[in-house]
Amino acid sequence: MEVTVIRAGMLTTVQDLGRRGHLAEGVPFGGAADPFALRVANMLVGNPEDSPALEITLTGPEIEFPEPAWVAVCGARFEDVPAWRPIRVERGGRIRFGKRLQGCRAYLSVSGGFDVEKVLGGRGTFLASAIGGFKGRPLRDGDVIRSVDCERNLAGHWTLDERMFPRYSREPNVRVIAGTHAAEFGDLLFSGRFGVTARSNRMGIRLDGPRLARSGGGDLVSTAVAPGTIQVPPDGNPIVLMADAQTLGGYPRVAHVVSVDIPLLAQLAPGDGVRFATTTLSEAHRLAHAWEHGLALLRQGLAEKVRPA
Amino acid sequence: MKLEPLGDSAVVATLGSAIDDATLASVLSLSEAILAEGKPGVTDVVPAYVSVTAFYDPEQFSQAPGDAYGEVCRFLESCAGKAAAGAPAHRSRHVEIPVCYAGDFAPDMGVVAAHSGLTTAEVIEMHSGAEYRVHAIGFTPGFPYLGGLPERLRTPRRDTPRAHVPAGSVAIGGLQTGVYPVDSPGGWQIIGRTHTALFRPLKKPASLLRPGDTVRFTQITVEEFKAWR
Repeated sequence: MEVTVIRAGMLTTVQDLGRRGHLAEGVPFGGAADPFALRVANMLVGNPEDSPALEITLTGPEIEFPEPAWVAVCGARFEDVPAWRPIRVERGGRIRFGKRLQGCRAYLSVSGGFDVEKVLGGRGTFLASAIGGFKGRPLRDGDVIRSVDCERNLAGHWTLDERMFPRYSREPNVRVIAGTHAAEFGDLLFSGRFGVTARSNRMGIRLDGPRLARSGGGDLVSTAVAPGTIQVPPDGNPIVLMADAQTLGGYPRVAHVVSVDIPLLAQLAPGDGVRFATTTLSEAHRLAHAWEHGLALLRQGLAEKVRPA
Repeated sequence: MKLEPLGDSAVVATLGSAIDDATLASVLSLSEAILAEGKPGVTDVVPAYVSVTAFYDPEQFSQAPGDAYGEVCRFLESCAGKAAAGAPAHRSRHVEIPVCYAGDFAPDMGVVAAHSGLTTAEVIEMHSGAEYRVHAIGFTPGFPYLGGLPERLRTPRRDTPRAHVPAGSVAIGGLQTGVYPVDSPGGWQIIGRTHTALFRPLKKPASLLRPGDTVRFTQITVEEFKAWR
């Protein structure tokens, strides 16, 4: 069906779980900044977890559906839109996002998924190169975007157990493992609160707080970097790289955020803050394993409740 | 070879410290050896200057959570052994890129000429006379970091990067030269413009150049640039 964007919101893009296999060409992973919320939003309407959905940033859109559909909104919470559960939209019905209550990015899935071309192995929008998603750009008022027709039967009344969600907060503690140049910065990364600045985006979260002064070390040869890498430019204000970050970096790498805590960062808005705590690589892998186990249980549970019509 | 984690989903193998053809050759051999294994769970392999970074999915790589890193390192060691045993497998190509070095296409030509003490004609002759090697692709999709700039043309980056550098701009940053494949911000000194598309998202491969390739710039006139295709 053809879904109409009545109001687009501040920055609404189509995102999936990103691209693999193109980093060597300089193309970042991209995809949802908060992959946990995207995956659950898709599961709740019976989609494959990597189906394209809308990533909504800070202010929400208003969207009209010409046919009945199931949708779900996960991640950031907005007035007038129930989060983390399927929502039935009737023929000609609209989803109107009210005021933002919590978080930075919400994911709106529709049963069947949004129908956009695959570019370089992904359907997500990469804004810097204007590829993927809907015409390589954010949605605008009046856009018409197709979704794959797909009716579902949803059984019973149920809600998700919030204990399985990431510990979303405006002031989260985020776990990191040491980066190559950690020793050159001592304990400064763990010495206090860092504020999220307005210059943050899908490429990186720019922080302001204790200055990270580097002791010693010369110019670095550029190497690959990844979402979660915390770089320190000469001004000492750390940048946490996010989904659309460039693939190579030449700044010192003080630490790396563990994969399961990336959603906590994705939900930070300007003015929010973050503190870092250290963990180990094997603990990061155990956390990732536990996270996947939780999602697998959710997938099994939902298979009985969300069925093809 | 030094191995170290890059977060919980990648390992960096560093093969040297000098930016030169010998180190690049071993980087490319290791990169090819890893790709040749087609190992499930290795999602991306990124060669750059003196290192190869292998991205992995810890869930796919190891059955017991907590020991994926060791498994990946053992895998990379075995790939390095195969790379060392075999002949260099990488297939480098030579690419000629026509460049118009004139007028509006070269807003920083004066800066480069003044810094080097050369005339504009000498800068052009020197820049188009050298053969360059691709050491990495990054910054933006398809952006080649080219080594081999004549020392005389070394020019510092701009103090304040431009917010908008047009696609096709050919530029110098320090002792490197490169081409901006898409419109982007950029801090290098712009000395020319090409029509050659370095990033073609609908083609395979999407990047015209790969690490190891050699590049030569050939001078074209404004008329030739405008008459392109």
